[in-house]
Amino acid sequence: MRWLLLALLVAFATLPAHAAVSPDEMLPDPQLEARARDLEKGLRCLVCQNQSIDDSDAPLAHDIRTLVRQQIEEGRTNQEIVGYLVSRYGDFILLKPPVNGATWVLWFGPLVLLLLGSGLLIAFVRRRSPDAETELSEAEQERLVELLTDEGREQGR
Amino acid sequence: MSSAKAADTATSAPTAPRSRRRLLFLIPAVVFAGAAVFLAIGLTQDPSRLPSPLIDQPAPTFDLPPLPGRDDHGFSSKDLGGKVMIVNFFASWCVPCRLEAPMIQRLAKEQGITVQGIAYKDPPANVRAWLDELGDPFTRIGLDSSGRTAIDWGVYGVPESFIVDKRGRIVYKQVGPFLPQDFDDKILPILAKLRG
Repeated sequence: MRWLLLALLVAFATLPAHAAVSPDEMLPDPQLEARARDLEKGLRCLVCQNQSIDDSDAPLAHDIRTLVRQQIEEGRTNQEIVGYLVSRYGDFILLKPPVNGATWVLWFGPLVLLLLGSGLLIAFVRRRSPDAETELSEAEQERLVELLTDEGREQGR
Repeated sequence: MSSAKAADTATSAPTAPRSRRRLLFLIPAVVFAGAAVFLAIGLTQDPSRLPSPLIDQPAPTFDLPPLPGRDDHGFSSKDLGGKVMIVNFFASWCVPCRLEAPMIQRLAKEQGITVQGIAYKDPPANVRAWLDELGDPFTRIGLDSSGRTAIDWGVYGVPESFIVDKRGRIVYKQVGPFLPQDFDDKILPILAKLRG
């Protein structure tokens, strides 16, 4: 039991304990601040590349968080703010790649491959498996039993 | 022994013609080969070097203050265009920037290219010290203390450099320091073409 608790503790300790947003970055209006946090959770930190700018301690992440809050206070919409960053950094700054012509392979490729593969597998298996089971005759049934059981062996066949 | 064998072939389902079955076997191999080629090409790419969406776009607008003691008036977007230029984002605290300093010198002195510098988040005194130590190849230097201009250029690390053509459009982005092989393979040909 103790080991389980210890393991759970270690597992939880590895999760980020706090967002990287510091109190002096936060906007005074809680609704706007919530909007900012929401936006930045979808933006990638380009330095670390696997974290959102909400989680990252990198200076660039801090700068972009500041920029996001500034633009929110200026009255820009979420779309405008994200558009501003995407036009400068490209789609990679979005943690969720957009679904468009260039990325459909990313989004649908695995599914398509799965369907293709399953289809092929089914077609292949259907061709191979015999349509009717061969029934064993009485004599063959007995012979089978003999071969498989101790009885048969004992009788020395 | 048993006559099961004969019974089997008599009742089994008709199988597809041999050539068609062979073709089916090929399909997974072909898909695999296709995927392998795709992935192999992918492995040669460096995913951490982002392509710039600013290529073939006009350079962003900016107006940066000068380094105190230098007689340029800082560096702004008005200084771009007219001739081919390289805009180099650097910092004294950046180790790879030191690596590329000789390349920048080559560009400026040997090739006669105008190299404009933007000092990223660097106190002026440190920039001055760096130039004194490693040389000053820059025509103009702008100080980007907030890093906001860097964001406008899509910069996410230093050093990063941009080749800007005579019309003031960004033509090429170098992520990381210039390396000798980049130089001869990519940079010089591009510059030659632009100066054409």
